[in-house]
Amino acid sequence: MAAAAQEAIHEHDHHEESFVSKYIFSYDHKMIGKQFLLAAIFMGVVGMMLSVFFRIQLAWPGESSDFLNMFLGDRWAPEGILNQDMYLGLVTIHGTIMVFFVLTGGLSGTFSNVLIPLQIGARDMASGFINLMSFWLFCISSIIMLASLFVESGPAMSGWTVYPPLSALPQAVSGSGLGMTLWLISLTIFIASSLIGSLNYISTIVNLRTKGMKMTRMPLTIWAFLVTAIVGVLSFPVLLSAALLLFMDRVMGTSFYLSDIIIGGEMLDNVGGSPILYQHLFWFLGHPEVYIVLLPALGISSEVISTNSRKPIFGYRAMIGSLLAIGFLSFIVWAHHMFVSGMDPFLGSVFVFTTLLIAIPSAVKVFNYLTTLWRGSIIFTPAMLFAIGLVSTFISGGVTGIILADSALDIQVHDTYFVVAHFHVVMGLSAIFGMFAGVYHWFPKMYGKMMNNRLGYAHFWTTIVSGYGVFLPMHFVGLGGAPRRYYDNSIFDTFNPTAGEMILDLNIIITVFAIIGAFGQCFFFFNFFYSIFRGPKAPLNPWRSNTLEWTTPTAMPGHGNWPGDLPEVHRWPYDYSKPGADEDFIPQTVPLKPGEVEH
Amino acid sequence: MGSKLIIILVIIFGVLAIAQLVRVSELTAKHTKRKEEDIPENENKFNANMMLIFMIALYAGFIYLMLQYGYVGLGPAASAHGQEIDFLFDLNWIIITAVFFLTNTLLFVFSWKYARKPGVKAYYYAHNNKLEMVWTVIPAAVLSVIIILGLRTWNDTTAKAGAEYENIEIFAYQFAWTARYSGMNNELGKFDYKLTTAENPYAVMTKANIERSLSLMKVGEPGQNGIKRIEDKLNDRSIILSSKERKDLEVELGRKERMSRLLEAMSITYADSLDNLANDDVIVEDSLVLLKGQNYNLSFRSKDVIHSAYFPQFRMQMNTVPGMLTYFKFQPIFSTDEMKRKMNNPEYEYALLCNKICGGSHYRMKMSVKVLEPKEFLEWQKTKATYDGTPWIDGNEAKLLEYYESIASRVNEN
Repeated sequence: MAAAAQEAIHEHDHHEESFVSKYIFSYDHKMIGKQFLLAAIFMGVVGMMLSVFFRIQLAWPGESSDFLNMFLGDRWAPEGILNQDMYLGLVTIHGTIMVFFVLTGGLSGTFSNVLIPLQIGARDMASGFINLMSFWLFCISSIIMLASLFVESGPAMSGWTVYPPLSALPQAVSGSGLGMTLWLISLTIFIASSLIGSLNYISTIVNLRTKGMKMTRMPLTIWAFLVTAIVGVLSFPVLLSAALLLFMDRVMGTSFYLSDIIIGGEMLDNVGGSPILYQHLFWFLGHPEVYIVLLPALGISSEVISTNSRKPIFGYRAMIGSLLAIGFLSFIVWAHHMFVSGMDPFLGSVFVFTTLLIAIPSAVKVFNYLTTLWRGSIIFTPAMLFAIGLVSTFISGGVTGIILADSALDIQVHDTYFVVAHFHVVMGLSAIFGMFAGVYHWFPKMYGKMMNNRLGYAHFWTTIVSGYGVFLPMHFVGLGGAPRRYYDNSIFDTFNPTAGEMILDLNIIITVFAIIGAFGQCFFFFNFFYSIFRGPKAPLNPWRSNTLEWTTPTAMPGHGNWPGDLPEVHRWPYDYSKPGADEDFIPQTVPLKPGEVEH
Repeated sequence: MGSKLIIILVIIFGVLAIAQLVRVSELTAKHTKRKEEDIPENENKFNANMMLIFMIALYAGFIYLMLQYGYVGLGPAASAHGQEIDFLFDLNWIIITAVFFLTNTLLFVFSWKYARKPGVKAYYYAHNNKLEMVWTVIPAAVLSVIIILGLRTWNDTTAKAGAEYENIEIFAYQFAWTARYSGMNNELGKFDYKLTTAENPYAVMTKANIERSLSLMKVGEPGQNGIKRIEDKLNDRSIILSSKERKDLEVELGRKERMSRLLEAMSITYADSLDNLANDDVIVEDSLVLLKGQNYNLSFRSKDVIHSAYFPQFRMQMNTVPGMLTYFKFQPIFSTDEMKRKMNNPEYEYALLCNKICGGSHYRMKMSVKVLEPKEFLEWQKTKATYDGTPWIDGNEAKLLEYYESIASRVNEN
């Protein structure tokens, strides 16, 4: 079987690949991973720009800005002042793009694709064709989502959670017309892409591990991708059903989510539906989604921290256990987003309990990272800097989760900027840091070139300083009682001018840091594209790492990954600085010495 | 136009500047045989030191924000359960701040301290079950305390309201709020969204309102088709209708017939005695006025989309959901005047804000809230009329005031 496959690949190698089959409709997992990365970078730039637009409005409400007028035109920023409906549209599309297209498609899509076959010793994914489909569906859904920004009535404007009835009724807000239809179509295609991608990842990991690659010898990256894919397969279909029912309510006159509504003077026929049903369905995906975003980042940082501390990851089994625990618990916590939705308070207390349980495996992960650093020999590559930044933001964003999980406290801070700050620290900083760590670490394997370290340092330090500069003050905006998704906070001047002033002060600080942070990303974009073409050639194993991807005989492996036999695995991937060894790393392909204990 | 040019120039020059920097670093790298994969000692040292500097800056920033903005915002909780929530919040805040400082310090200090040093090898340390047990059990224990205290407050806050609670309904719609007081009998009149008309915007259910809606369906009025007029139009051969117009009319006819059947059923099953519930209700559109110390049970309903009734100063929030009633009970403990003194701010007021995205003017959807002392509250009540037009308060003022005094005295500070 293996021999036949190998021959097939040899055959394949003989004829020259065309540009289209190599760069566009490629079956090769590495190329598909790179396509995901480029698409995600593009979407990330768009998402970031949108956030700069509405941050300008929040810091300088009602002031004319040529910058806004230049991008949004007279339709949405007449005389340089942002339209209040478009404000909601920007917020909605920013959230959607960042959560789904950058952090789900970009993070998991890129690194699951690039790393799974390389790190488990496989020639490619279980199905190259499904993989190709997965990317192109992702691409189509991205295009549709971007297209919705240019619709006359505006993009979806009901927040990234698109709660009905607001999202179901074009009479309620203009974005709930064609913009919302495009949103639903785009998301449906996205879900299909994500589902087939995840199924492919799972079957590849389960079936295609090379000889000796036991489950307990897999790098933590692979464990993280596996748990992520399983969580995705089990939760995304529920979002699909939620979207489908919403679509039917909008188009076919059903009443799944609608009841007793009078809008724009018109009495709707819908009776008997419940908007709360949508929230249950949405968050049944929505909460696991947070971990779909975060777990790959945690897997990447485990690998990067261990390699660059020159130490085994501390508590390998506990790390796997906590991944599994988080993956499992993520399914029974969804209603903590709904404490004040009118749901039965007893149900709320159950979800308080399960939600706070997640803090335990998360704490285990943090302490294991800290112990891995302890007495290490740390090398600050840009990837390592971002991995350390990930741990710091994971702590800072995690602890505020304890407040939000406590239903009694959530009454006050629910849907305020405190929540916005919390999930941005976890997803906007922590998970994004994981993505950057991954790019810096595996860039040599993806492109066969090295990135510039000094630009990497500059990128990291501006990003973490501006990241905290944005989101630390944002907590205090929320504690001051400022609701999210407010076009401006002038309403506070009518009853508590002191609070209004404080909120505005903080918003200016936040926006200034956001703009600095956005400019700081130029270091990355430049470094990335420049290095692809002009970076110095990468050596085979630049970070002196143990995992299989660094055993390929070429810096940028061709289709099939290993030209000869697949490598055989003899040990776990974390033998760094093992006593008795000559070097401070022992690749997984090196057999155990007689009498050597695995770990 | 000028500033557009500047923006573009800044971007172009920014890119050029980075390009030049990279070019310089590329040339020096070539010159010194520098390899990107080998991090030189001075760079490693620089990043290690930056870890400490960043940690100090982070803590300084956090402490500054705490001192400058931490206690300004909203002032003390102005409700009984709000005080419990604030206590719980402070407790949780102390715990998480401690964890934040402890773990971040370990992270940055370790990163600084264990930066690569020539000749020092990392310590091979793969696992330690005892240690891992410690940091599983300690967080679990702390979380148990947080959960138990949290659920106690949650259960108190969300327990069902007793009979002594005053009922008020808060009605939400794009983009304003209306309050309906339950009047002297402390029972709100029934409602049904099908009864919404221009004269009955809050869909209050009374015999008269049902009849009115029914006649609107059947007969209609100028500018609005009733069933009869539509039927006439459809049957009148002298009017030429396009097939689309005919279709539209038929659809409208179907709707109206269905609605009139529902209203007829409502009219038949309706007990006339229910009118008494609605007739003494008091509808107030400008502000929600409350008596200090009174226990209130608020019920919420929405006309169109989901809103959220957010009373930040009372630490209270509940979504308003179309097709469903939601509740929140509370007791205001400081009058607006007391709060003005406490905050040392003569402009301070309570507010009800919308905290669930509900459309373009979401950010302006506010109702002002006043908590009054007994005398003022009675004075205010005297200016209001009930649903059927009689005064809210007739007679018995002295007795009522005495009763209000007894309520307010429950929360008066000594």
